[in-house]
Amino acid sequence: MTSSQLLGLTIIGYLIASAVYIATFLFKTPKAGVVATVITIATFLAQTAGIILRWVESYEMGIGHAPMTNMYESLVFFSWAIVLFYLYLEIRYKNRLIGAFTMPFAFIAMAYASFAGNIDQQIKPLIPALQSNWLIAHVVTCFIGYAGFAVACGLGIMYLLRRRTSNTDTKSLINSLPALKTIDDLMYRSIVFGFLWLTVGIITGAIWANSAWGTYWSWDPKETWSLITWFIYAATLHAWFTRGWRGRKIAWLSIIGFVAVIFTYFGVNYLLSGLHSYAG
Amino acid sequence: MKNNSIINFFASVKLALFLLFVLAVTSIIGTIIPQGKSADIYIKEFGEKTASLFQILDFTEMYSSWWFVTLLLLLCVNLIVCSLKRIPGALNITGDSNLEIDVDRLARRKDHKDLPTSLSNQEAGHKVAKALKGSGWKTREKQRNEGLLLFAQKGAWTRFGVYIVHSSILVIFVGAMIGNIYGYKGTMMIPETTTKGAIYSFDRQEEIELDFQILCKKFTLSRYPNGAPKEFISDLAVIEDGREVLTKTIEVNDPLHYKGHTFYQSSYRGLEKLLATIQNNQENIATKVLIDPGKEATWRESNVRFGVVNRAGTQEPGLFRYKVWFFDGSGQPQTFWITGGDTTTVKTENGSYTFGLKQFYATGLQVAKDPGVWTVYIGFFMMMGGLYVAFFLSHRRLWVLIKENGGTRVLISGNSNKNKSGFAQDFEETTRKVEKELQ
Ligand code: HEM
Repeated sequence: MTSSQLLGLTIIGYLIASAVYIATFLFKTPKAGVVATVITIATFLAQTAGIILRWVESYEMGIGHAPMTNMYESLVFFSWAIVLFYLYLEIRYKNRLIGAFTMPFAFIAMAYASFAGNIDQQIKPLIPALQSNWLIAHVVTCFIGYAGFAVACGLGIMYLLRRRTSNTDTKSLINSLPALKTIDDLMYRSIVFGFLWLTVGIITGAIWANSAWGTYWSWDPKETWSLITWFIYAATLHAWFTRGWRGRKIAWLSIIGFVAVIFTYFGVNYLLSGLHSYAG
Repeated sequence: MKNNSIINFFASVKLALFLLFVLAVTSIIGTIIPQGKSADIYIKEFGEKTASLFQILDFTEMYSSWWFVTLLLLLCVNLIVCSLKRIPGALNITGDSNLEIDVDRLARRKDHKDLPTSLSNQEAGHKVAKALKGSGWKTREKQRNEGLLLFAQKGAWTRFGVYIVHSSILVIFVGAMIGNIYGYKGTMMIPETTTKGAIYSFDRQEEIELDFQILCKKFTLSRYPNGAPKEFISDLAVIEDGREVLTKTIEVNDPLHYKGHTFYQSSYRGLEKLLATIQNNQENIATKVLIDPGKEATWRESNVRFGVVNRAGTQEPGLFRYKVWFFDGSGQPQTFWITGGDTTTVKTENGSYTFGLKQFYATGLQVAKDPGVWTVYIGFFMMMGGLYVAFFLSHRRLWVLIKENGGTRVLISGNSNKNKSGFAQDFEETTRKVEKELQ
């Protein structure tokens, strides 16, 4: 097996898992949920193996580096982190319906990484500025944070859906979802989780920039957008713990915040220009 | 009263939310409009009118504009005033006022337990304090009308995690200011074998003299098999008062530090010139000569004349072979091919020479003097530590009321500001120990 075969399988695995999770939700078939979990775990293991193998392959090519250095690799890691975080939630809170709202993100990240015309999947040598452990730490921490925000966004959508029908129809599909209070609580936790990792991500990024160029902050578009994202979530958290914002407002903020995350990653690469242009 | 309303304005979290929102939104401007370009570029791209509007609003260098810096300063003032206003509250919640608590509230808490005992008030008080001490709770006590009240807490200091985070933002800000005021950035292009004593600063658009000089002894470029650059390496030396005081081989991510300046390997330029090294193997003398392709060069001591007359590519992009013409006055002039970076032996009628040829480079250095970096790093460290404390560590409090109510009764009650389920377990364990002690 090569890493690209394993990662190819991952796309299919996450597609099926997402479909089964959604079916579990739509047709109220809890048993199917078990299947979804099994597929997710198996695929997750295959993906983990794929990432490790890609690492090994880069050494065999004589350009060894951790698989965290370009758009493709970071998206694969993003999807991996989403699944890891989701599995934690599923096991900890014993609820599979969240999968219907978060696993699609993992699938989309993988599918986009593999099929978007402008993303190069080759293992490429690194230019000197990128050969740094700080860079690896930066990419890993940022994407763990983004995974938390992706899950928070999924939960936000779930919350808004759940809320629309909450009291009217007790037998409706939507009411099989977790209680609003639970979703609300998970949303907050996911945002805190994401915020902590994003903070560490921005800091390691600054240290990396300083070690490579002697400037820890240069207001290039990507840096600035990550700071914008950070401001949005900082505001969200303050609204939570000092103004008592809950529920609908937080759900919207978690969606808006995730839009900023996506823009930091894609918008900046495709619409704006800057230092991080390597990531294309 | 008026004074108070100003303070309340700056202490409000509403202002913080507003500022964070405005900062997030206005920051977008500078990611869309390229920053720090020259005026004519904006005119070309956006038209005369829009460009002059940009100038007026400082959109072309917005992150250092008066209005953006004002927003950041407002955020700092907001933080300071808000934190100062709340610190007394935090001190209160961790201090002796806990012994003044309204005891009716104790039994209303989620985590509480009422234990009857046959001991006297005094004895029960001693035993409870002892049991709690065994679990790491140090008690204080006060005789209240309702009975004897004991209080103990753990992690009181974690209430201040928030303030560590908030101060870290100020520390980072101060570090950035120090860098702005006392630091500068610039670049140097130093051709191999030469020395430079000044850097060119972008911000100031002028040369800045250093009180020492940098010598580039050698630049090496290594490549991946596909030709992409793998490493840039410069052998540098610091020259002060004509003496070499420090040598260091730098590469990207491994800079040279000297007198508050940091020299980063950032780029290189292949120069037209080639560097030839010739050693006369009989007389054991050697020289280094810079030559332009197509021009003749001479080495007097050995009476050698030579030149590079042609160039051809190799398998490796960026690496060339050179055709060299060589004549030491004896016999016929010779021609041979040599690959850049190699050496070869040249035999003539009267002599033998070791001849090496190498592409000549100028190393591109980024130079930074930023005395604020360590302050910023301390701020980073505080922020991460503070966030950890603020989100993961909790302040746990325990009260015990021992009252006479037809026999002694011990009411234990506690709470935690975070991780309530963890506290519930802890509470249960602690009450069990107290119960045992009381029997
Ligand atoms: C963007 C920068 C900021 C960051 C990263 C930040 C971070 C934090 C954190 C981590 C907490 C702790 C939450 C907890 O205890 O669970 C907190 C609480 C708080 N922050 Fe900020 N903060 C920022 C800006 C501000 C500003 C500008 C204000 C100005 C009013 C402010 C006011 C507060 C208040 C009032 C609390 C609640 C404190 C308490 O629980 O007593 N923050 N902040």
